[in-house]
Amino acid sequence: MSKLVLRNVSRTFGSFSAVEDFNLALEEGELVSLLGPSGCGKTTTLRMIAGFMAPTAGTIELDGEVISSPGSSLPPEKRQMSMIFQSYAIWPNMTVAENVGFGLTVRKLKGDEVRSRVDEILEVVQLGALRDRYPAELSGGQQQRVALARSIVVKPSVLLLDEPLSNLDANLREEMRFEIRRLHDEFRITTVYVTHDQAEAMVTSDRIAVMNRGRVEQVDAPYALYGRPKTRFVAGFIGRTNFIEGKANGDEVHFGGFSVSRQSLHSEGALPQDVLVSIRPQSIHMFKQDPGAGSGRRCVQASVQRRAYVGEYWDYHVTLPGTAQPLRVTARPQEVFQVNEPVWIEIDTTQLTVIA
Amino acid sequence: MAAAPSAFGQWWRNLDKSAWVWVLAIVVLVLLVVNPLLRLLIVSFQQPDTGAYTLANYAAAYGRSRYVDALVNSLILGVSAASLCLVFGLPLAWAVSRTDMPGKNLVWISILGTFIIPPYLGAVGWILLAGPNAGWLNRLVVELTGMEKGPFNIYSMTGLVLVTACYSFPYVFVFTKSALDLVSSEMEDAANILGSGQLRTTLSITLPLVLPAILAAYILVFLEAIALFGSPALLALPGRFHVVTTQLWQFFEYPPKVGVAAAYSMPLLCITVFLFWLQRRVTRRKGYVSLTGKGGERRPIALGGWKWAMLGYCLAVCTLSFFMPMVVTCQAAFAKAWGRGFSLDNLTLDNLYFTLFENTLTRNATLNTFTYAGSAALIAIALALCVAYIVNRQLVGRHAGDLLSFLTMAPFVIPGIVLAIGFYAAYTRPPLALYGSAWILILAFATRFLPIAYANSNAAIRSINPELEDAVRILGGTRFTAIRRVVAPLLNRSLAGAFILVFIPGTRELSSAIFLSSINTQVLSVLLFDKSDEGNFEMLAAIGLIMVFITVVFILIGFRLMGRDFMLRRTAA
Repeated sequence: MSKLVLRNVSRTFGSFSAVEDFNLALEEGELVSLLGPSGCGKTTTLRMIAGFMAPTAGTIELDGEVISSPGSSLPPEKRQMSMIFQSYAIWPNMTVAENVGFGLTVRKLKGDEVRSRVDEILEVVQLGALRDRYPAELSGGQQQRVALARSIVVKPSVLLLDEPLSNLDANLREEMRFEIRRLHDEFRITTVYVTHDQAEAMVTSDRIAVMNRGRVEQVDAPYALYGRPKTRFVAGFIGRTNFIEGKANGDEVHFGGFSVSRQSLHSEGALPQDVLVSIRPQSIHMFKQDPGAGSGRRCVQASVQRRAYVGEYWDYHVTLPGTAQPLRVTARPQEVFQVNEPVWIEIDTTQLTVIA
Repeated sequence: MAAAPSAFGQWWRNLDKSAWVWVLAIVVLVLLVVNPLLRLLIVSFQQPDTGAYTLANYAAAYGRSRYVDALVNSLILGVSAASLCLVFGLPLAWAVSRTDMPGKNLVWISILGTFIIPPYLGAVGWILLAGPNAGWLNRLVVELTGMEKGPFNIYSMTGLVLVTACYSFPYVFVFTKSALDLVSSEMEDAANILGSGQLRTTLSITLPLVLPAILAAYILVFLEAIALFGSPALLALPGRFHVVTTQLWQFFEYPPKVGVAAAYSMPLLCITVFLFWLQRRVTRRKGYVSLTGKGGERRPIALGGWKWAMLGYCLAVCTLSFFMPMVVTCQAAFAKAWGRGFSLDNLTLDNLYFTLFENTLTRNATLNTFTYAGSAALIAIALALCVAYIVNRQLVGRHAGDLLSFLTMAPFVIPGIVLAIGFYAAYTRPPLALYGSAWILILAFATRFLPIAYANSNAAIRSINPELEDAVRILGGTRFTAIRRVVAPLLNRSLAGAFILVFIPGTRELSSAIFLSSINTQVLSVLLFDKSDEGNFEMLAAIGLIMVFITVVFILIGFRLMGRDFMLRRTAA
C-alpha cells in the first residue's frame, strides 16, 4: 500500500485554478520532488498535504486513511508530519536545542529523552556545539540545519520541504543538496520536496513530478525524465533541448534535411502524421568534413550561424539547409568552428524523443 | 469500510477548536461598537417613556435658535482654531525640518510638552493667565500701563479659539514635518538648476508636495476642535455661550434628555465621518508617490540672519502653548494662594499632598484613573490583537475580515462625546445595565482607543512570518500552542508599547468620562472639571500636574521600549 496518495486533488481560488486534478502516490521511504516554475501550484499542493489548506476537489490519503477532502481536513497538528519552510521558520525566541526539541515536547516525551534525542540529531547535522545559541547568532546554512534537525527528530510520517535551499548562496546550496539526500538515505522518511531548481530535484529525488499550470506533466525518475521527456514542457524545462518538426511518410519520417526510419523513433502508441521530436544539444556532433558513407555515420551539411564560448563548452547555433529554426549544439572546448563555416553534423537518432 | 467514522465524528475531529475565541471576539466587537451606535440612532427616534417612534427629539434639538447657534459656534470654533493651527504649526514644521535654525531641540521638546498637556489643563493655565481681572497678563498690563482694567478675557470665543489652537497645532506640526522630511533636496535642486529661486522653489515645488499632508492635518484639527469638550466647558460656559459639545452636556443635566442629545449629536457624527472620509481620499491620492520613501540627500536651507527671527517666532508659539501656561499652573499647584504670586513664603506642597493622600475623593479618583485606563488598555489590546490575528491569518473570509477591521477602526471617527451618549443609550437599562459601574467607563475607554490598539497590533502581527506558526502546527502544536509559545513572546515588546499608547489617553480622557462616570466612579479628568466651578485653582493645578506626571513617566517607558518615534505613531494611527 502506498504511504501517501493524492487522488484527483484540485484547488481553486475564486475563478483561478491553482491545482487541477493532481494524482500522485508515494511509496514508504520515497523522496518525490514537485518541480515547476513559480506559480505552477507546487507550494499549494504541499500546503494541502500539510493540512494548511483543504482541497476543493479530490482526497489525500495517509496510510489508507483520508486526511483531506473538500468538506473537512485533519488539522496539520494531527498529521504527524513535519515541514521545512522557505524561511526556515526557526523560532527566534528559542535556542537551537529548544527549537529542535519542540516537537518532542509537544509529543509529551520526558525531559531526559528529549535531551538525548536532540543531542543525537544535532550531532548528525553537525550542530552539537551550537545547541544553546539563538537563531540570530547562526549563519543561513546553520539555520537550515536547525530546520532539518527539527523536522527529522520527531520521526514524521511524511517530511515536507518547501524550497528549502532557495535562500542559500550557490556553493552552500550545492552542498545542502547532498546533505538532504544523505539524511534521506539515513532516515528513509517519506518526503515531498518542492523546488523550482531542476538540479536540486535531480540530485535529491527518487522521482520527480514536473508541474505546469496546476497540472502534472510527467512523473519519472531523474534519468528517465531527462532522457525521455513526454511533453514539450518537460523537455524544455529540464535542461536545454532542440525541437524538430517532421512528417511521417511511409516507413520514413522526414525532418527537412534528414530523415530516420519509423522504427528508430521511441514513441508510446502510434506515430502521428506530424511528428515533433526533441534532441539534446549534446546528442548532436559536428565535423569539419563529411566522414563519408564508409564510416557508418550519417551526416547532414549545415552551417554555423552563431557561437558562444562559455568555458566548459561551446554553444553553437547551426542551421540545416531548408530549415529556418537553428539547432543548438554543445561541443567540447577544443572543437572550434567559425561562424558561417560549413560543417557536417550527425544527429544521434537513438536520442530522438517523440513529444506528445 | 465498517470502521468509517460518522460524518459528525469526522467533522468534530477535524474542527479547529480555537474557533470559539474568534466568535467571542466578534461578539465583543458588536457589543462595543455596533450596539452603542445603533442604540444612539434608535433612541434619537424614540419617545423617552413609551418608546414609540417619533421625530419629536429632532424637533426639540433644532427647534430653538440657541441650540442652532451652538452648532454655528462649533463651526466657527473649528474653522478658526484649525486656521490658527496652520499659522502656528506650518512655520515651525518648515523651520525644524528644512532650515538651519538654531535651537531645534528646544522647539521639539516644547512641542512634545504641548502634546503631553491635556487640553483642558491648558485651558486652566490660560484662565490663570488671561482670566478677566485676576489673570496674570491682565494684572501685568494694569501694572505697566495704569489702565483700570486688563484687556484680556479668556472666557470668549477668541479665547477659546486660541486655547484650542494651542493644543491642536502639534498635529499640524507633526503631519507637515513628516511630509517635509520626505521631500529630498534633490527635488528642490532640480528646480534651482532650472533657474528657480529659493522662494519660488519653496512655493511651487515643496509646498505642493506637502499640501495633502497639510490638508489632512487641517481636517484633523478641525475635527478635534469641534469634538472637544473640556476647553469649551471651562471657557465657553462662564462666557455664556455654547458649542455643540457643551450643549450636549446640558441636555444631560437632570433629567437627562437622551433622545434629544442623540438627535443633536447627529450633525457632529456625520460631519466627522464625512471629513475623515475626505481626509483619507486626500492622503491616498496618487501622484504624490515621491512621499512614500526617503529619497535622496537632504540639506538644510540657510536662513542667514533670519534664523534668529524664525527662532523667535517658534519660541513665541511655544510660549503661548507651553511655557506660560505651564509656569502659572506649576505656580498654582505649589502655592498657598496663586494670586499672591511668585514668592518663597507662598510655596507649599500641601496641595499635592492633600490631593494625593488626604482627600478621599481625589485619592480614589487617582486610583480609579489608573485602574480604568489600565483595564481599558488591556481589553482594547486583547480585542485588537484578536481581530488583527483573525484578519491577517484569514481565519474568516475576506469580506468578513474587511468588515471586522472596519468595525475596529470605526471608533476613530466617533467623537468621544457621541460615543459616550451611545454607551449611555445602550447600557443604562437591563439586560446590560452598566451605568454607574466602573465597567461602562472601562468599556467606553477601551472602545474609544481601540483604533490605536488595532493599528499597533496589526503592525505587530504583520511583522511575524506566518510560517513560524505553521512550523508549530506541523510539529503537532495547536494554534494556541503557536500563539503562546511563539507569537506572544515575539509580540510582548511591541504590545507593551501599544499598552502605553492606549493607557496615556485613557488617563486623561474627559469627553466620554463626563457622561458616564458617577459619584463612585470619579476619575481625575472629571474631578478636575467638577472642581473648576469652585474656583480652587491650586487644587485643579495639582490634579493636572499629577496627570502630566503620570503621562511623562509612561512616555519615558515607551521611549525605552520602542524608541523616539513612538509618540508619532499614535498620531499616524
